[in-house]
Amino acid sequence: MGTVRRHAFVECDADTVWAFVGAPERLHEWFPITDCRVEGSKRWITLAAGIVFEEDIVTLDHDLRRFQYKIVNNSLIKFHLGTVDVIPDGENRCLVMYSTDMDPEVLALPIAGAASVGLAKVKQMFDGK
Amino acid sequence: MGRKILFITTDQQRYDALGCNGGTIARTPNIDALSKAGITFDRAHPQNVVCMPSRSTMITGQHVSTHGVWMNGVPLPTDAPSIANDLRSVGYATALIGKAHFEPLLDPFLRFTENQLGNQRKTTNNPDDPHRGFDFMELSTHGAVGQLHYSQWVRDNHPEAIAGYYQVLDHELQVNAQGGGDTNAPQVKNNPIPTEWYHTHWVAQRTIDWLNSLPEDRDWFCWMSFPDPHHPWDPPASELHRVPWRELDLPEGYIEDKSKREKVLDDKLRHWRGWYDGTFVSNYEAPAHWVPATLTADQVREVNAFTHVENELIDDAIGDVLNAINARGWANDLDVVYTTDHGEFQGDFGLLFKGPYHVDALMRLPLIWRPAPSANATPARVSAPVGLVSLAATFAHIAGIERPKYTEAPRLPVDDSDAQKLGHERVLTEWDSVLFGKIVHLRTICRDNWVCTAALDGTMNKSGEGELYDLVNDPLQHLNRWNDDSVRSLRDDLLSDMWDSLPAQVLPLRNMDAPV
Repeated sequence: MGTVRRHAFVECDADTVWAFVGAPERLHEWFPITDCRVEGSKRWITLAAGIVFEEDIVTLDHDLRRFQYKIVNNSLIKFHLGTVDVIPDGENRCLVMYSTDMDPEVLALPIAGAASVGLAKVKQMFDGK
Repeated sequence: MGRKILFITTDQQRYDALGCNGGTIARTPNIDALSKAGITFDRAHPQNVVCMPSRSTMITGQHVSTHGVWMNGVPLPTDAPSIANDLRSVGYATALIGKAHFEPLLDPFLRFTENQLGNQRKTTNNPDDPHRGFDFMELSTHGAVGQLHYSQWVRDNHPEAIAGYYQVLDHELQVNAQGGGDTNAPQVKNNPIPTEWYHTHWVAQRTIDWLNSLPEDRDWFCWMSFPDPHHPWDPPASELHRVPWRELDLPEGYIEDKSKREKVLDDKLRHWRGWYDGTFVSNYEAPAHWVPATLTADQVREVNAFTHVENELIDDAIGDVLNAINARGWANDLDVVYTTDHGEFQGDFGLLFKGPYHVDALMRLPLIWRPAPSANATPARVSAPVGLVSLAATFAHIAGIERPKYTEAPRLPVDDSDAQKLGHERVLTEWDSVLFGKIVHLRTICRDNWVCTAALDGTMNKSGEGELYDLVNDPLQHLNRWNDDSVRSLRDDLLSDMWDSLPAQVLPLRNMDAPV
């Protein structure tokens, strides 16, 4: 099992940031993917290399500001759980944390790398807003 | 017109791979001729023993602590210094053909330019400000899968050849442990691909095509980068007759007697024995599910044979490129620099592949600088320790430009006297692996024919532990003298020199975004 975690402190209140990153259908606006489609508790994302991941949305908790999803129906991936948390750090600052647990562990690394790009984008979009 | 620069690299090649360095298996007449006419370095070390950090040192002229590519999978920032930019700024046409690997290969999000160029079948991202200063990039790696140009070329032209290559990764995306050949050695396969479609030939032909696209009066810097003889060992089967594995002697570094071998390993830092026994794999540089203790003598023979077939194919390809350069009338103004990024165990200590093991198998590299005949240099062999960190300054010197301020080492010397003048007294190598809780940190100095490695706190080793080898009296590094009181003051002096000489590590360490 590979466990990775990336984070960013964003100079913006947690509710504003959560309204964006907690919207599963808006993932392509910050994460480096080319397409994102949501139907009920299902999401499909398309990577630039053409790979499509089918995902189950397992947690969308607006009170906790936590989003969790699993990549499913993929012959390569035995286990996956991705978690995005937005945690207040005072009134106008928050911590956005992206974690992935994955088997095979190797795939956790490029997902973490993409998460870093995504978090940098979120920070750029919301710092000072 | 100035001097043209052909920079040739291989991947994971040992010092003793070449005839000019005493190798007796592969016939390497073209490289041997460069050595005979040029400067051959007998103690050249990389600044890291895996691909991405070592290649980043070549292009930046910086130690790993400075450029920050501390392990495979950590991308070199796109705005990092590049000697290709400096050469291009004074009018050189610049190209990198073959294996670049400044950026991760496993890149499903297509975040990195090398993969984007291959995926889009483009040779530049921006003609006015090209990636890392190379006007032309056409890239390959080991085999025919992935996004890079060679894979696309095989896919477009010879798709039936893809399956002939060894499958580098297993179903868990780990480095594959599956055996092949006659001995079931890991990462070995009889590849039915015709030699003309193999990546070594492709790299040479694409290099020739690029050179032939240049006007006669243009100066150029061409990095021709062969992916071989890095594993997998899957050269064209039609070439295997060159080195019949059953006829090979075992390498000098292979310790046949198991108990003696294990005693030597037990004398080293603990992660050696952990890997040998299959209990500790520090990173992705070797198959996760292969146990080195199971390696047989015949497997060592077969891996060596396949490796030397690949070495011969590289030499043939270099001959083709040099002939093409001669035909353009550039021979008199041509500098050739030949080296590799790191070594390979190839059976030494009963091991294959590479990792956090700072001994000659992985650190002593082939390095040859054949200055342009017009420069009237005197052939020499240099015994002083030098590093790949000197390459960038050497290219600047050849082009007649100031050594870039970002570089951390002087140019390569032309002889031992020059080495002394330039201050080539020591060479440094670093290792940092931090992966899912498995941690190894090493720092190494080579000076005065001694190699001294200090461990830092990690999963298996503690600060205060290390290895010390006398290269003159123990050339195979069987005897670790770290705790030998008779050389304690020497060890402490080497350590003091090392800590004084290493640049401060840029912290925090940048993220690892892929396994490789």
